[in-house]
Amino acid sequence: MQFMLLFSRQGKLRLQKWYISLSDKEKKKITRELVQTILARKPKMCNFLEWRDLKIVYKRYASLYFCCAIEDQENELITLEIIHRYVELLDKYFGSVCELDIIFNFEKAYFILDEFLLGGEVQETSKKNVLKAIEQADLLQEVINSNIPRTLLQVILVY
Amino acid sequence: MPAVSKGDGMRGLAVFISDIRNCKSKEAEIKRINKELANIRSKFKGDKALDGYSKKKYVCKLLFIFLLGHDIDFGHMEAVNLLSSNKYTEKQIGYLFISVLVNSNSELIRLINNAIKNDLASRNPTFMCLALHCIANVGSREMGEAFAADIPRILVAGDSMDSVKQSAALCLLRLYKASPDLVPMGEWTARVVHLLNDQHMGVVTAAVSLITCLCKKNPDDFKTCISLAVSRLSRIVSSASTDLQDYTYYFVPAPWLSVKLLRLLQCYPPPEDAAVKGRLVECLETVLNKAQEPPKSKKVQHSNAKNAILFETISLIIHYDSEPNLLVRACNQLGQFLQHRETNLRYLALESMCTLASSEFSHEAVKTHIDTVINALKTERDVSVRQRAADLLYAMCDRSNAKQIVSEMLRYLETADYAIREEIVLKVAILAEKYAVDYSWYVDTILNLIRIAGDYVSEEVWYRVLQIVTNRDDVQGYAAKTVFEALQAPACHENMVKVGGYILGEFGNLIAGDPRSSPPVQFSLLHSKFHLCSVATRALLLSTYIKFINLFPETKATIQGVLRAGSQLRNADVELQQRAVEYLTLSSVASTDVLATVLEEMPPFPERESSILAKLKRKKGPGAGSALDDSRRDPSSNDINGGVEPTPSTVSTPSPSADLLGLRAAPPPAAPPATSGAGNLLVDVFSDGPAAQPSLGPTPEEAFLSELEPPAPESPMALLADPAPAADPGPDDIGPPIPEADELLNKFVCKNNGVLFENQLLQIGVKSEFRQNLGRMYLFYGNKTSVQFQNFSPTVVHPGDLQTQLAVQTKRVAAQVDGGAQVQQVLNIECLRDFLTPPLLSVRFRYGGAPQSLTLKLPVTINKFFQPTEMAAQDFFQRWKQLSLPQQEAQKIFKANHPMDAEVTKAKLLGFGSALLDNVDPNPENFVGAGIIQTKALQVGCLLRLEPNAQAQMYRLTLRTSKEPVSRHLCELLAQQF
Repeated sequence: MQFMLLFSRQGKLRLQKWYISLSDKEKKKITRELVQTILARKPKMCNFLEWRDLKIVYKRYASLYFCCAIEDQENELITLEIIHRYVELLDKYFGSVCELDIIFNFEKAYFILDEFLLGGEVQETSKKNVLKAIEQADLLQEVINSNIPRTLLQVILVY
Repeated sequence: MPAVSKGDGMRGLAVFISDIRNCKSKEAEIKRINKELANIRSKFKGDKALDGYSKKKYVCKLLFIFLLGHDIDFGHMEAVNLLSSNKYTEKQIGYLFISVLVNSNSELIRLINNAIKNDLASRNPTFMCLALHCIANVGSREMGEAFAADIPRILVAGDSMDSVKQSAALCLLRLYKASPDLVPMGEWTARVVHLLNDQHMGVVTAAVSLITCLCKKNPDDFKTCISLAVSRLSRIVSSASTDLQDYTYYFVPAPWLSVKLLRLLQCYPPPEDAAVKGRLVECLETVLNKAQEPPKSKKVQHSNAKNAILFETISLIIHYDSEPNLLVRACNQLGQFLQHRETNLRYLALESMCTLASSEFSHEAVKTHIDTVINALKTERDVSVRQRAADLLYAMCDRSNAKQIVSEMLRYLETADYAIREEIVLKVAILAEKYAVDYSWYVDTILNLIRIAGDYVSEEVWYRVLQIVTNRDDVQGYAAKTVFEALQAPACHENMVKVGGYILGEFGNLIAGDPRSSPPVQFSLLHSKFHLCSVATRALLLSTYIKFINLFPETKATIQGVLRAGSQLRNADVELQQRAVEYLTLSSVASTDVLATVLEEMPPFPERESSILAKLKRKKGPGAGSALDDSRRDPSSNDINGGVEPTPSTVSTPSPSADLLGLRAAPPPAAPPATSGAGNLLVDVFSDGPAAQPSLGPTPEEAFLSELEPPAPESPMALLADPAPAADPGPDDIGPPIPEADELLNKFVCKNNGVLFENQLLQIGVKSEFRQNLGRMYLFYGNKTSVQFQNFSPTVVHPGDLQTQLAVQTKRVAAQVDGGAQVQQVLNIECLRDFLTPPLLSVRFRYGGAPQSLTLKLPVTINKFFQPTEMAAQDFFQRWKQLSLPQQEAQKIFKANHPMDAEVTKAKLLGFGSALLDNVDPNPENFVGAGIIQTKALQVGCLLRLEPNAQAQMYRLTLRTSKEPVSRHLCELLAQQF
């Protein structure tokens, strides 16, 4: 996968993740172009399209569009399910996720994505394992906030 | 605003985000942001040291502002400070900021790398993962230089936690992709392959991606992964749907890992080890079988995951291109998807079939879907699907269906979306040229293109038609007549004027005899368009005019008058002015002889790669011309018109404009296709109704996971109605061969594998090998329907004396062939003595109660038992003389049915079975071959000579053998091939 974009029906970008090196200018241009292209498509159209030399896989969940760009030989359907699994992860973490969760807790959306996808490839598909990693981190920051000594922390980490 | 429930809330951040969301206008938003930026800047610069929490909060705000699309040029230092914090939450935000806002300031990178190094060494898995994620997210060369050597160690260390291994694998992948030279190969590579065996599915999932990338670059070093991948895949594919617990996705076991494993296998040819290969083929068959099973869930996620694996399996089958039965099954499966209710599946089926069309085993099978694909082109509502349909038509095109496909594409062009018109034009132009049998059809097609979509006909296309007309004198008169007629239209496209101007200037004399197109009429017709045209076209027309003066002296006075007019001689455009002045002078001072020499007909253009093809390749990236590059499939069509020689110079093909007219100013390129405007950005999104949205549009609070798709109705498996008993034909009275039997047989004279026969129900594929007087043939019978064939019985029959000449042993096949399935039949063949007629293959079965029968000629011809014989020129001539009795020689002179290409001819002769002898015939254009036909009873020595005459498009073929009927029979067989 080369990049993933989340944007609203109004075309507002909610999350962007780039797995290739591009300048900010290029990123903005690509985003603008793709948001326009996808918003202009009718519902019920297929979820794939060819764009430059990439394949775009996108899907709309309520008010948000999830859009991934993959290379020629990559698998469209499994990418569609990458999107779905990510939505499931967000849903499980936030509890019935909605666009506002992602706006106000954008950093969490990034952290969850990093546990699931890394370098553009699927890292861990188990919902349990991904959320365990995130929740462990949440636990960790509460622990640190309450100034528990480090040694205890290590103990907590093991469990 | 929802309560920030998880982790620690940053109130300031939430308030800021709310403020931004409450801004009524863009200006208000920018104002609020600038105020915040000023505030943060003063805090960062202030004398008071900020505590960790504040730093984190402000860095987060900066991140948010950046993600809104504003530039951020400070805060990096504070983020780096956060990296070295002991507090996890601060560190995490620091890493996020660095990952999103990569900065190339070298001092900063040194500090970042330092922090990463500490975390990697911390032995704290959570910190290590954060650091690895950061490296993977940034992926810069500097990071590679700093860490590429450490990460392999972390990856294979025995005490690394699983999650660390996963991150390390993908982190290394990112670095390797960015700068492969920085990642040292070594002892770790062997151990990385064994991660395929790891107990933790997540580790395997991450590692496969890395291994696949490494395999692509160093296939030999990683060969051991093949068997490991196959056994892993086999375990997943055969596992029950609940075995893998959390790695099962909607009843599909480990779909992501399966897809990745199948892609890994696509780095290699089919496994050499028979056991491994057998196991893999079993897996592939299991996947194909599962596709026919009823779904375990109605959720779209279930079918998507299942079909993702299916499509990847089909990709692997196409990649191997060696298992005809799997290829045919794949094709049948895709055929089912072509008519599926889900647009996604139709799209993907069209896409996959494109690659399948280039395999010799499945090209014919793909072609049978032509009507469905044409229908898709006409009726699909989604332009991206129509685009795929057009691609597939292009890929499946060959001589047999070119006219139909080209005419359908032309029809589609009239209503096609602007975005894809140019590409369709290129494709039509290429197909018309490549498969033109008569050139008047080609000329008509291109002129139609200009008429229908003139704006999208690029200069490459119309240059090409001029080149071809110039090079083929048999079409010049027709071309002149046709453009003349086309120019009569009151409003014709400027490209038509260009083509017309050029062709009439060169070949207008060929139609000048007809008073309706006499020279003055031609001239006034062209000149009536002159004033409406661009400078480039007018310059071209001026050249036509001077050619007219040479061709038709009677037009001289009129044309000189035009050239002399002030609007030409004093034209503001320097090119037009110069042409007018020079042509006027040339026509006045030069004698008719000089004029005739200067303006002689253009010499033929040198043959080279079609510039149109080059353009399509540029447009679509490498592989776009695959249908044409694939000489394997249709070698005979390789160089029609010298069109598609495989010259590698696709990018820098010199523009033919220079040769054509010496026009300095190239005509402006066709207008860029209009992109869909931003105006209708939101027009359609309101009209859809998933998740029962209120007409006001959904609020963002709406939950995502409410069921979006209506449940799919389970498609009932087609069940066989009980067939009414009908009388089967008796076993002995087989019907006569079908009319095409001879033609089908001819296709196999020079090759051993391919599709022998196909109709709506059944496909028969052949794979055979011969040695000495023995042969083995595999016949693959594919049931293309979804209904079981019953009483299926293929038999081989020896008409006449054949029984004594050829022995064919057949093995019985199962009497039932399931829908979509394929059965294989093995034939052992022994040639007892020379024979002339092939055995017959009679196939009978019942389909839905109705008896079906079919008789074909089995592709076993006498030349299959050829042994090539090498000999020196001297020996050849000696033997040639020995076989000088008139009845020993058979000769045929015949017209070429295919383009005359030496390489293709060579391949055919070798396929025929004889050796090719170099340096025997004094004329290097000729081919000389020798071989021995091996039969049980006797051997027949054969010599052959083939003399092509390119000018006359004729061949002379001479065969000399020791047996008269053999000479004649071989001569007949071989003559059909050219």
